[in-house]
Parts: sequence; C-alpha cells; structure tokens
Amino acid sequence: MSIPQLLVHHRGDNVGVVVVEGVTAGQTLQGVVLDGDTDFEVITNHDIPIGHKVALTDFTVGDDVIKYGQVIGRIVAEVKRGDHVHTQNLKTKRW
Amino acid sequence: MSSNRKIWAWRRENGRIGVRNHVAILPLDDISNAACEAVAAHIQGTIALPHAYGRLQFGEDLDLHFRTMIGTGSNPNVAACVVIGIEPGWTQKVVEGIAKTGKPVEGFWIEGNGDISTVAAASRAAKEMVHWASEKVREECDLTELWVAAKCGESDTTTGLASCPTVGNMYDKLVPLGLYGCFGETSELTGAEHLAAARAATPEVAEKFMRTWQAYQDEVIEAHKTSDLSDSQPTKGNIAGGLTTIEEKALGNLEKIGKHVKFIDVLAPAEAPAKGPGLYFMDTSSAAAECCTLQAAAGYALHIFPTGQGNVIGNPIMPVIKVTGNPKTVRVMSEHIDVDVSGVVRREMTIDQAGDKLIDMIVRTANGRLTAAEALGHREFVMTKLYRSA
Repeated sequence: MSIPQLLVHHRGDNVGVVVVEGVTAGQTLQGVVLDGDTDFEVITNHDIPIGHKVALTDFTVGDDVIKYGQVIGRIVAEVKRGDHVHTQNLKTKRW
Repeated sequence: MSSNRKIWAWRRENGRIGVRNHVAILPLDDISNAACEAVAAHIQGTIALPHAYGRLQFGEDLDLHFRTMIGTGSNPNVAACVVIGIEPGWTQKVVEGIAKTGKPVEGFWIEGNGDISTVAAASRAAKEMVHWASEKVREECDLTELWVAAKCGESDTTTGLASCPTVGNMYDKLVPLGLYGCFGETSELTGAEHLAAARAATPEVAEKFMRTWQAYQDEVIEAHKTSDLSDSQPTKGNIAGGLTTIEEKALGNLEKIGKHVKFIDVLAPAEAPAKGPGLYFMDTSSAAAECCTLQAAAGYALHIFPTGQGNVIGNPIMPVIKVTGNPKTVRVMSEHIDVDVSGVVRREMTIDQAGDKLIDMIVRTANGRLTAAEALGHREFVMTKLYRSA
C-alpha cells in the first residue's frame, strides 16, 4: 500500500495516531494496525495534526482508551469514531 | 548486523574506554564557577562545567552532590581534571575520589588565595594536562565495551512508534554482547510501571524497582503536587505532539528498552553500575539535562536521545545522539537530528533497519563524529538537588 496516514500499535487499540501532516475533517485515512499488518480506513471528523489521535470507535464518558494494548486514560466527554482524541476528552487515571 | 564491530577510543588508566578526550575544569561549588570559566577561557582544549550548587548541602543530598562531582570527573571521556572549590576540605574530597581512576587530577581553592592567584595556578596545571591529554591516541576497542545510556525528551506519539523502539532494538542487539545500558525517568514510567517491573532480571530487582518508583510517587509527586500535573507531565511540548496522558507517554518511553533485554539492577542517581555488563535502571528525574548529567556521572560515555517534537539537549562531556521518527521535526529542526528514522512511520524502514542505522551512528560518534548537540554548543550540565540546603 502507499504511505499510511494512521498507525495503530496493537489489535484491540481503540485509537490510532496520525503520522502525516495536513489531515483535514472529512478525509478518509488509510490506516495500518502494526502488530497484525492489517489495513483499514476511517473518516476523520476534525482537522488532526500529525502525531495526534483519532478514535476508532464510539466512546461514552468513563470508557477506557486503549493504546499499546494498555489503558492510557479515561474518556471525559462523548467521542464518535473519527473524532480527535486529546486533552478535551481524555484524562489520565493517575495523579 | 556484525557483532564484532570495532571503534577507536581512548583506554583510560582504569580500563574504561572514552570517546572524547576532555580536560575538565570542575567547580566544587557555585562560587567557583567564575574561576573555572576563567581557566577554560585561558587554556585552549579545556572545558569548564559550571553549575548552581555545592554549598550548605547535607545528608543524602550532599552524598549525591559528591557522587555527581566525582563521577563526572571520573567519566572516561575526561582525560584529566582540575577541581576548583572555595575551600580545601570538600575540594580535596572530590580530587581524591577522581584520583581513584588513576587519571591526572589536581585541586585548587580560592579562600586565602583569591580568584586571580587560583586561576593562575590552575591554568598552569590545566596547560600541562592539555599537553599530556592531546598526545594520547585512540586505540581499537570493541563497540560493546561502550557504556551507552538513553533518555527520551519532548516526546510525542512518534517517539513510541519509531525512535524509542529504535533505541530498544539497539539494546536488544548490543546488551547481550556486553554493552552497559541505562534508562531512567522514574516518574515518567507511571502507567507502564508494571511492564517495567516485568522486565527486571529477578524478582528482587523488580521489587527494588517498584520500591523506587513508589518512593518517587510518594516523596516527590504526592508530597509536592498542587494539581494533577497536567501542565508538567506530559509537558506542553508532549501535548502539542499529541500525547495526552502520563500513561500514554510512559508506554512510549518504555519502548526504549526493547523487547527482550532485562535490567539487572536499580541504581541510585549518579551511582556507577557494579553488576557487570547489562541494562540498568537509574532513579532519575525525567528532565533531560538532569537525567543526562546523572547518567554521565555514573560513567556512561555515550547517550542516545530519542525525541519527537525536538528536544535540543546536549551534555558537556558525553555526546548525545538525537534520534527522531517525526517527519515534521526532521523537516523543521534538521540541524538537531543525528539519526532520522521517520521512514518507520512511512513504513519504508523497519525497526530492525532503524536499529542498525542507530548502531552505525554510535560507531561514527564514538570514532569522533561530533553530534548535532556538540556542533551546536549544547553543554547542559544540571545537578539534581534533592531538597533545600541547610
């Protein structure tokens, strides 16, 4: 495939990372899950900077966010598949 | 990857190998910085290591001060060392500590002499050391005799995808062959501490790691926090780069230790490893200059620094090799990057290839190539202080 726009560390992770610059709302992203080398697509709902996360599923408040197959925090505002996941809707479960 | 690669390095009196040949002018304390900088300005081929501390410290904090001072002077990248302090007592203690390596070291003190006489006497000694050190020649050594530390900074999500796994791949390849490795950043393993503990070589080491991690939580974070640390850890740069929580940052950080290698001991800050070749965890702050300074004081001769958003850190005596997997950082901050592994996120380069590319740069840097941080004059020397002075 061509250069991927979204990378997912593990099968079962519910967020992916944008790895190209200039992603805009409504764009169909070509994604790869690294530990299975499987391709997928997701349509973004927001402009998303390089390095930032995209939801791969719908979330409700209190849901765990999984990356590297591990919990990286909890959802604090409703999130739809394709949304930008960052400090506005994801918080640490520590500290 | 060839397992018997050679480098050209200086073999010191104690058998350790160094990849730089500094004559260091080391202040015992903050008020001796001016004299040290005057000597370094006068005598070419020397380097002053100014810092902020050394007065009225006591207890564990004073022990760490001496360990850092003596360790820095003892580092094999330092051929010879002048120590200047305000008074002879603590100055001589540092001199005697460094002298155990067998390298030339002389101490000078300012009280009763004044800056000008002290600088004159120290300059004469430093000049002789420069003549002596500059005639030392590199000799062929095994790459795996090197001590190579790692710490990441201004991390982002590409750090966990590319640059940290690159470092981990290097450790997985070289530590089994005899390399000494080191990772630290105690607070920044929060969220991945269970995975870190699982990489300890024995249950005893795992328990020591968890005790160290918990103590940092209790005595540093919980004792002093005024918020959930969301403005400090992750940093503003981390957040700009897409990292949201400490857990996410920690999981990327831990990629630095690879997939297979186990760590064989937990070191106090600036403590020299004493269990033979292998990977070590050191209890450090996650601030780049503090961590690098402690690792150099423990004897590490080379440093690998994966970055996402572009931390520009360097160290005065230990070359710091920057690795990034962020294509934007490669584009906008190329002068700071020694190893570009952004091909990993484009799926044009495997982690195995990236690890080999890093090992090539380790060999080149050991052989004399200046790092980006060295060429740009980054000499951040920052002592870790445990609490206020008496």
